[in-house]
Parts: sequence; structure tokens; C-alpha cells
Amino acid sequence: MAKVIVVTSGKGGVGKTTTSASFSSGLAMRGNKTVVIDFDVGLRNLDLIMGCERRVVYDIINVINGEVSLKQALIKDKNCDNLFILPASQTRDKDALNLEGVERILDELKESFDYIVCDSPAGIESGAFTAMYFADEALVVTNPEVSSVRDSDRILGILAAKSKRAVEGLEPVKEHLLVTRYDPKRVNSGAMLSVVDIQEILRIPLLGVIPESESVLQASNSGTPAIHLEKSDVAEAYRDVVGRFMGEDLPMRFINEKAGFFKRLLGGN
Amino acid sequence: MSMIDGLIDYLRGNEKKTAVVAKERLQIILAHERAGRGTATPDYLPALQEELMAVIAKYIHVDRDSFKVQLEKHDQYDVLELNITLPDKMNAR
Repeated sequence: MAKVIVVTSGKGGVGKTTTSASFSSGLAMRGNKTVVIDFDVGLRNLDLIMGCERRVVYDIINVINGEVSLKQALIKDKNCDNLFILPASQTRDKDALNLEGVERILDELKESFDYIVCDSPAGIESGAFTAMYFADEALVVTNPEVSSVRDSDRILGILAAKSKRAVEGLEPVKEHLLVTRYDPKRVNSGAMLSVVDIQEILRIPLLGVIPESESVLQASNSGTPAIHLEKSDVAEAYRDVVGRFMGEDLPMRFINEKAGFFKRLLGGN
Repeated sequence: MSMIDGLIDYLRGNEKKTAVVAKERLQIILAHERAGRGTATPDYLPALQEELMAVIAKYIHVDRDSFKVQLEKHDQYDVLELNITLPDKMNAR
């Protein structure tokens, strides 16, 4: 049975699209037939992060309106055989994305894919709502920062009250916490919320921690999902996230400061 | 605190950590927001307040400001609280 996973956060700029790109790539690298859908109508960016922006011909609104088939709109990923991208429309109004149309698309995708990853827009308006409505599971992307944590809490409230699973009284959406842009050094100096703090506040299971890193910008510059980068903590952290999502028991990495020479000399912890 | 103490505190990291402040602030605001979520103030409260006020006003002259209707949520029960501050000299009609 295909699973629908929404990547959401409430707040913008925390790493939803970066995560959608790397997470869907990771699922595909493990042999799962995966499709990643951009729900940010009017502000599409997943195509840029995936490096397929010049191959976009049709988009999700064309499919909803019945102008083209799903097959015509899906773009095959350049890095993974099992991965397809369904871009958002850049020109249409966000209201063109209606629940009935999206449900039709998801039902059709479920016939041929194992995982359907929905990249939510920021905010809590119609686009974000549509992206989360049909979700079986949710990756809640949170930065160690007060406004991001508060917005994540708000999103969790909406998932618990207004998603299809909630409305129909089914088993609730399975929630996963993904902390991104984490800086263990600043956490240790007391200048940043720790992953334990965030978990204590949001009270959902931790799926992974992605360290703050320059390589995320390098990945987006080149249109390659960060998970493909060589010798990058971010890439390894995302691979761990996918592994844990698939049920592997992997220890959390990148949550402790790399001990420097002076720190060891001074006997700091 | 002398400058040296301040410097020692700084080096030891004894100043109040902003992450601690952040956590405390989040816990307070989110407890508040979660309490209001889903179980938001029922729609009928304003109308109820108006009608109750009209009834009370028949017998006692009370200020609008001294009249409060509140619904408090508890685990097992809810409390509907009606709070009227009566004037010093009751103006019974």
C-alpha cells in the first residue's frame, strides 16, 4: 500500500524543500518507487532544488484540469531511476489546487508508487492544508529557534484536527520530528535550543537531526539534492533519516560538537 | 560584580543562557495556545453574556465592565463562571 508523506513546518525557510528533495531521493535510492509533489503553487522551487527546472513542461494544475495525463506531467529524476517529480504551477492561482483534484491524482499515483512525498508550502492556508490533508505520515521540519518550534506546534494541531485521517476518525497521521540547521556548538554554549528541548516541547518522536552546513547551499546552487553530496554530514544525516524511516535502528549522529584540540585540553565536555 | 568576576562568569559561561529562556517562553505560550486549540471559546458565549446581562439589568444596575462570563476547561469537567461586581450601593429598581 502506497504511503503519502507530507513534509511540513508552518514556518518558511526551515528546509522543507531541501528535505523533500533529499528524503524522496533517499527513498528512491533504496529501491522504492517514489514521487515527490510540489504543492507550492505560484512559488514552485522543488524543480530548482532537484535540478529539473528546464524540463518542466506541464504541472499539477494541468493534470487536475484534465489538460494532460499524469504521465505527461511527471518528470523523471536525473539521479535516481525510481524517482519522479510532479511540479507545481508557477503561473496559476493557489486556489486552483482543490481537494477533489488532488485526491484523484494521489489515487492514481498510489497504483504505481510506493511513496508519495508532498512538499508543503509555508503557512497554514489552502496550499499547506491541501498538502497535508491526505497524509498518512508527516515530517515536521523544525529549526532550533522559537518561531519555528511554535509554528510546528500549530501544524501538529492542524494535523491532529483537520487532516482526512482526523476528520474521518481513522488512525492519526504518524508524526516525525526532523530538526534541521542544528549547530551542536551553539547548543553546548547555551545559545540554541537542544534537540532534547525541542522534543520535550513538541512531544513527537525524533526522526533525525540535520546539522547546519554550507553544503546545503552548494547543493541548491547546483540543483543536486543534498543527500547526493560526497563527504557531507548533511548527506549522511539524510541517509540516516531515510534508514530510520524505513525501520532501521540507527544512532543519532551530528548532535554533539566535534571535540577540538583546545576543548580537550581544557577538559570541557 | 567586578569586571574580573564578570570576565570569569563569561569564561565559565555562567550568564543566563538564552536557550533556557527560549524553552521557558515556548512552554508558556504553547501551553496557552494548546488550551485554546480545538476547544476554543464556544460561539454561544458572547450571546449568552448579552442575554444574562439583560436579565440582571432588569433588577440591578451593573456596569458592562463589571460583568464577566468565562468558560474554563478542566480534564473531567468545564466550569461556566459568571462574575458580576455589584456596585457599592445597589440600585434596586
